[in-house]
Amino acid sequence: MRTLYRFHGGIHPEEHKLESSEAPARRAPLPKKLILPLHQHIGNGAKVAVQVGDKVLKGQMLASAQGMISAAIHAPTSGSVTAIAQHPVPHPSGLDGLCIHLESDGEDRWIERAALDFRAMPKPELLDRLRDAGIVGLGGATFPTHVKYGLPSGQRIDTLVINGAECEPWITTDDRLMREHADGIVRGIEVLRHLSGAGEVLVGIEDNKPQAITAMRAACAGSDIEVVAVPTLYPSGGEKQLIRILTGKEVPSGGRPTNIGVACNNVATAYAIHRFVDHGEPMISRLVTVTGNVRTPMNVEVLIGTPLTEVVECAEALPGTTGYILGGPMMGLEVDDLHLPAVKSTNCIIAKSAQLFPPPPPAMPCIRCTRCAQVCPADLQPQELHWFSKAKNFGKTQEYHLFDCIECGACAYVCPSHIPLVQYFRFAKSEIWQREHEQQAAEIARERHEFRMFRQEREKQEKAERLAQKEKAAQAAKPAVATPLPVAAAANADPDDTLQMRVDADIARANMQLRIDAAAARAKEQAAAAQPKNIDALTPQQQAEIAEIEARRAKLREIASDAGADDEPPKQI
Amino acid sequence: MISALWVMIGISLVLGAVLGYSAIRFKVEGNPLVEKIDAVLPQTQCGQCGYPGCKPYAEAIAKGEADINLCPPGGEEGIHKLAELLGVEFKPFGEGKGPRAKAVAFIDENTCIGCTLCLQACPVDAIVGAAKQMHTIVASECTGCELCVEPCPVDCISMQAIPEDISTWKWPYPVFAIAPVRNNPQKAEAS
Repeated sequence: MRTLYRFHGGIHPEEHKLESSEAPARRAPLPKKLILPLHQHIGNGAKVAVQVGDKVLKGQMLASAQGMISAAIHAPTSGSVTAIAQHPVPHPSGLDGLCIHLESDGEDRWIERAALDFRAMPKPELLDRLRDAGIVGLGGATFPTHVKYGLPSGQRIDTLVINGAECEPWITTDDRLMREHADGIVRGIEVLRHLSGAGEVLVGIEDNKPQAITAMRAACAGSDIEVVAVPTLYPSGGEKQLIRILTGKEVPSGGRPTNIGVACNNVATAYAIHRFVDHGEPMISRLVTVTGNVRTPMNVEVLIGTPLTEVVECAEALPGTTGYILGGPMMGLEVDDLHLPAVKSTNCIIAKSAQLFPPPPPAMPCIRCTRCAQVCPADLQPQELHWFSKAKNFGKTQEYHLFDCIECGACAYVCPSHIPLVQYFRFAKSEIWQREHEQQAAEIARERHEFRMFRQEREKQEKAERLAQKEKAAQAAKPAVATPLPVAAAANADPDDTLQMRVDADIARANMQLRIDAAAARAKEQAAAAQPKNIDALTPQQQAEIAEIEARRAKLREIASDAGADDEPPKQI
Repeated sequence: MISALWVMIGISLVLGAVLGYSAIRFKVEGNPLVEKIDAVLPQTQCGQCGYPGCKPYAEAIAKGEADINLCPPGGEEGIHKLAELLGVEFKPFGEGKGPRAKAVAFIDENTCIGCTLCLQACPVDAIVGAAKQMHTIVASECTGCELCVEPCPVDCISMQAIPEDISTWKWPYPVFAIAPVRNNPQKAEAS
């Protein structure tokens, strides 16, 4: 029996899991229209790789990863791209994001799929394949999986923690997945173990899911993967909390689990990796719990991009529904309107009713009872953080380790004054991020401005030096004309020539030349003041290029004016 | 008596030597206050304060020649920071001098004649172009100072507000409606 550790605090909210956990997962009907946001993961949004009107097959890449932290997006079914345009996306702002609109042709035709021999593959290549398969963490944060395992040299992973805790109330997707696809999950874990090189693999499952524990234990029989039942306590499914429970190690403040030799992945991520490695299927679908005020709460396998209204229809929302929660009641996102697509992070839709989710009582002043500090799983002082966030004293919030807050909502849950503490913390965090961003921008602007001043100063100096040299030459030449004894000066100006006659002639010529030069320089300077001089002295090749560009622009203008006449709307990309 | 004097003289010589040495060894070039003020300013180099850039404004503040409420891009928060740094009272912006919404310059490519005047005006070299070639703004480096708008002879530069999108969105400050407390009739009866 493994010794388990405790994390600080934690709460026991009502579970509400049985409603949806007992029925087998169903597949949602194929939607007619899918909307695929380009930004479904942490990091940079994906880069569009198709054009409007393209016919695509199921599993074809629609947008590729862009930059270090990013992942690809794929077509969840076959069909044609009808638009690449803004559409509301599941985001707390309620704003629109750029999405690929896909109309399905109903055939659901796959691209060619092939299993991957991941053991024979070099690790960097396997990571690239995961990125191109759009594999991101399905535990909630949607952190691209390949980034987690692209470790800097010198870092080693000893323990791989697989997260099946699923501590948030109402949600049962991981429970269902473990019960129905334990073998697939174990296959995925093997890939993760290969990637991490970890010696020890621990699967943590809360003890309120006995069937899932049994199924996983059966699937892991004969291997050295250990399935551990952990006590039910919210938020034991938090990455740092689960690592603490299973290994006793604490992730340092501001650090990542890899800093202490641990990697953590969700069971659903492991299953998605298995679908890709063994079946060649990229991440195009996921399980979603539909529960709350619905007739038949259940888990549905949903294609990414399916409108959420269609997902809820599977379970039939009952009258009296006042709104929806995307995710769980503790950390989820409240929306009034479901005209949003399912994305990789959508794990649950809860239909709210006044009975199930009565509106919160009005917030009252903090009485500093410190119950929030007693339950905080990150061992913070939420009452202080609230105080400083409210006063917009952001420096102090950082001193009190605001960025170690995992926004689990335990503090707000126990608050007797019903203060929405997490909202204050989110406000403070985004305010601090923006300030840092502005500070960086100011730093860059300062550097650029200083370099510009330096450059101008240098140019001025160079000009002054040129003028001084000319002056010197002129002064060296002048006395030769003015004085009756020009020999010495001329010898200075032109020491190589020793012949008197030639010297005199040269002096006269040099004098004339100097005057001409001065006039030319003056004229040139005047011209330069009006227009810089970087288009003289062009090679014939450059001139030809310019002519070509001009011709192209003329043509474009012609086309533009024609198009304007046709009144054709411009393509949106 | 004499020995006491000698001791005092000795001590004063030693301490004087230490002070003199450290004055030379740890000499601070320039005014460190200017650097601190400059770090608070937003570095747009826009000249809206009446000084030709953020550094000259910082120098003017340090000398006590300029007020702390002359920098609109810094916003009220900038004034608060300066007030805190200098230990003076907060001073609001003058009439109609407040900060404007963030914007970047935009060049209308059809109108641009390639005169390079805006290039010379840009304090952060955020405009790319050459004589008789179309110019364009490097939007990521543009500080929104508007110094390029004035010199353009064909008025092809406009300031475009940066719209709020998902990447720039911020969590709002939590605001709650205050509900009036109604007298509870039962309680009133009981008492």
